[in-house]
Amino acid sequence: MTEALAFYGFAAIAVVASLLVIAQRNPIYSVLLLIASFGALSGLYVLLEAPFVAVIQIIVYAGAIMVLFLFVVMLLNAPHEDTEYDERVHPLLRPGPMKFGAGLALLLIAELWWALGRSGDSGSFPAGAVASVGAIGRSLFTDYAFAFEVTSILILVAMVGAVVLARRDPAEQRISPLAVPENLEEEARVASSFGAGGPAPTENRP
Amino acid sequence: MIPLNYYLILSAILFTIGTAGVFVRRNLITILLSIEIMLNAVNLTFVAFGRALGSADGQIIVFFVMTVAAAEAAVGLAIVIALFRHRESLNPESFASLKW
Repeated sequence: MTEALAFYGFAAIAVVASLLVIAQRNPIYSVLLLIASFGALSGLYVLLEAPFVAVIQIIVYAGAIMVLFLFVVMLLNAPHEDTEYDERVHPLLRPGPMKFGAGLALLLIAELWWALGRSGDSGSFPAGAVASVGAIGRSLFTDYAFAFEVTSILILVAMVGAVVLARRDPAEQRISPLAVPENLEEEARVASSFGAGGPAPTENRP
Repeated sequence: MIPLNYYLILSAILFTIGTAGVFVRRNLITILLSIEIMLNAVNLTFVAFGRALGSADGQIIVFFVMTVAAAEAAVGLAIVIALFRHRESLNPESFASLKW
């Protein structure tokens, strides 16, 4: 009874929050609502006796990935789809999306009806669940060791790629070889015009 | 005890919401968020099936999906930043140079 209540509660939060994510005009609200949706999904993982997934859902998804999204939304500072048509008609209520959404929903219902009709029983769970983090870790570092190592390379490549992509134009960023002597001469000129003590930097250079 | 089918239906609904978001929205960041919704719907299916089969493999696949999602978010957001710097817009219609 409690479990059913928790399932329906978390499911409702996840669905409503996800719907609002794609219905919001302001991306900051979208990101925050998606964090709420991920929290509800984490609760569902607890109901499925998968505490490891529930915890990394909160730490990695809600904690790291969504903060990255929030960072970029606030950095770009372009919150609205602000053409006149966007202001007048909400994106989800236009004729094209309405037809597309109706078609997608019909397809979903047909697929679910077909798939769930073919499985005979209602699909209740067996008693034994693998809930221990130790068992998952042992499997991860033995059976899936190669995939795990490839994942680390993937993360490294993504990190380098993100740095390269988000860098400013290299032409304006590169330090010109002429820049340093010019600055030094300028400093020396300013220093000598004020009659500062000590040798000027230009004298020390060959 | 909640049956497996309920989790599958919930996952399908979430996946549909994500798909609709990708097609309907005209904001690159919201499109990336919709992709995250779809990835999470798939994660829920993996965990539910792993629970139904009594195996740890479902949770391990979720672990890998999350690392791929992290890499995708980092690279995708870097591309969004570069595009915004280029055109001062987040509308995908602004980036149609390769379309025709």
